[in-house]
Amino acid sequence: MSPQSRRPAHQLRRLGSQWHALALLTLIWVLLWGDLSWANVIAGAVIAVAVVTMFPLPAIDMHGTVRPWPAVVLGARFVADLFVASFEVAWKAIRPGPVPHGAIVAVRLRNPEDAYLTITAVMSSLVPGSLVVEARRSTGVVYLHVLDIDGSGGPEAVRRDTLALEERVLRAFASNTVLARCGLVPGDAGTALDAGSTPPSGRGEGDA
Amino acid sequence: MTHVDPGLWTTIADTVAAVFLLAGAFLTLGAGVGLLRFPSLLARMHTVTKPQVLGLILLLTALALRVRSWSAVGMLVLVVAFQLVTSPVAAHMVGRAGFRTGKVDPDDLRPNEFGEPD
Repeated sequence: MSPQSRRPAHQLRRLGSQWHALALLTLIWVLLWGDLSWANVIAGAVIAVAVVTMFPLPAIDMHGTVRPWPAVVLGARFVADLFVASFEVAWKAIRPGPVPHGAIVAVRLRNPEDAYLTITAVMSSLVPGSLVVEARRSTGVVYLHVLDIDGSGGPEAVRRDTLALEERVLRAFASNTVLARCGLVPGDAGTALDAGSTPPSGRGEGDA
Repeated sequence: MTHVDPGLWTTIADTVAAVFLLAGAFLTLGAGVGLLRFPSLLARMHTVTKPQVLGLILLLTALALRVRSWSAVGMLVLVVAFQLVTSPVAAHMVGRAGFRTGKVDPDDLRPNEFGEPD
């Protein structure tokens, strides 16, 4: 805590830059109470400010955009995959006979920036029969445990699925610069929107 | 949705809710059986992240279709959101801890690409 951060003006500016977090925390508070009233909104806002002030977190380094259509594709595919994966795992657990044979597959993601690595890792844990055992921020390699390696079509198929998932994540949230660096042609949507809004040296701080 | 014609829509909602309840119950059962039957720590973590999460989502969706009150739906949405966000992280932490402390037999894993040079 530097003395500077205690100055009210500085704190106010900091709060202003975190209005997303404040809005989200207030929304959660209102949902928890279950009805939308001024008392709940005000109490939620006060608690949100208290939480953000008392437990400050580093800002997420994510200069992306949200592309509506790829985001819808990502979400729809996620729900469909969640259904397939869940019934598969449940069936493998219940069916008689030997239990499946697991393996660990290393997948090198195209873009090791924290935010996208996290989204891809969390979604791949939920979806395609895999579980993240270890993730290397410096190299962008994710180690996935696969429940049924033969049923999933071998390590190559797992790598392909995970990279396809990452591609959907990047297309939904990453800036055009990142897409271009990852060798993905920016989609038809919004090519001219924010070309060059992110410095191309966005990463390089990956070693931790 | 409270004062719509109570005939058709109620029937549809109740039917969908019944289907979701059964599917959710099946998935939750699968998760429980998998937890017992699967041989290794990592395999068990799969049942925690997939069938368990979707089973809960289906059960809560069915509940929302039956209860039909917005305040309850808000709460259920929160439960689902937190479940989706936390359960992969929890499974990852358990799996990683097990892996690092030698609770996972590497010979069970074929192929095991962990530790290979990049």
